[in-house]
Amino acid sequence: MSRPNGTAADLPAGVDAPVFAEPWQAEAFAMTVALHDRGLFSWGEWAAALSAEVKKPGAAADGHDYYEHWLAALESLLASKGLAAKPDVDAMARAWERAAHATPHGKPILLENDPHAAR
Amino acid sequence: MSHDHDHDNELDPFAARVRALETILTRKGLIEPAAIDVIVDTYETKIGPRNGAKVVAKAWSDPDYADWLKRDATAAIESLSYTGRQGEHMQAVFNTEETHNLVVCTLCSCYPWSVLGLPPVWYKAPPYRSRAVIDPRGVLEEFGLTLPASTKIRVWDSTAELRYLVVSMRPAGTEGWSEERLAELVSRDAMIGTALAREPQQTRRPA
Repeated sequence: MSRPNGTAADLPAGVDAPVFAEPWQAEAFAMTVALHDRGLFSWGEWAAALSAEVKKPGAAADGHDYYEHWLAALESLLASKGLAAKPDVDAMARAWERAAHATPHGKPILLENDPHAAR
Repeated sequence: MSHDHDHDNELDPFAARVRALETILTRKGLIEPAAIDVIVDTYETKIGPRNGAKVVAKAWSDPDYADWLKRDATAAIESLSYTGRQGEHMQAVFNTEETHNLVVCTLCSCYPWSVLGLPPVWYKAPPYRSRAVIDPRGVLEEFGLTLPASTKIRVWDSTAELRYLVVSMRPAGTEGWSEERLAELVSRDAMIGTALAREPQQTRRPA
């Protein structure tokens, strides 16, 4: 029987590219696990939501956009459950972007830094 | 996405949306930021293919355990304290000279997290998900694994409810090895089915 000699097959166990390319990917993943742990949706419901996103045309062949689909699936599931409506997420995301702009480089980005923040 | 470094901070749109969800869900009391950090740390550092390698090595060493793993993988794996979070069932599929097993999730990216950690990028990418079923032999060749024509390839399609762990054949020349040493022969890819167990001479032993 021939032996594996490809690059992928030679990776030692546990050594691979980082699981998450950017922190937001890890956070989106962990939120999904946490919300499932609280019983807010079943894992079957989650798989259906994720499947609906990843089978949309245009998914990258190298899989680099996987967590973008993950996030879209999470948003649509939360919207359908009435837990986070899309307009609210849109507005809050804009607030975070404004807060980031208003935060000097090197300082932590806080939502309070949003100049439009209603207090 | 902006790569302009001259001015103030910028959040890319995905990061901003994730923060927005976190803010909304935290305010509703549905998530706690500290708990999110714990989950990230667990999956980045504590759960990984070492867990599955211990299951396979135990099955190689202990015929009773192998038998249990064949009949009720969920319970046999849980007995080593590797418990799935999504209430999924596990099935162990054993490679033989006649049949090689390969795992895919054509639907999305279902994967046995409790024993393998999170899936590699290629497992989640469209080419593997679509081609593993249509042309498994060709896919394996791309992984550098050429099986004899007489070996059948059986492809298992994971679901949210049922995940698979491939148990490779134990390599020759490993008689008398400890489970710990055997586990070093079992790679993540071997447990997905895109590789075989390593041969004894392929492992690096600490001096």
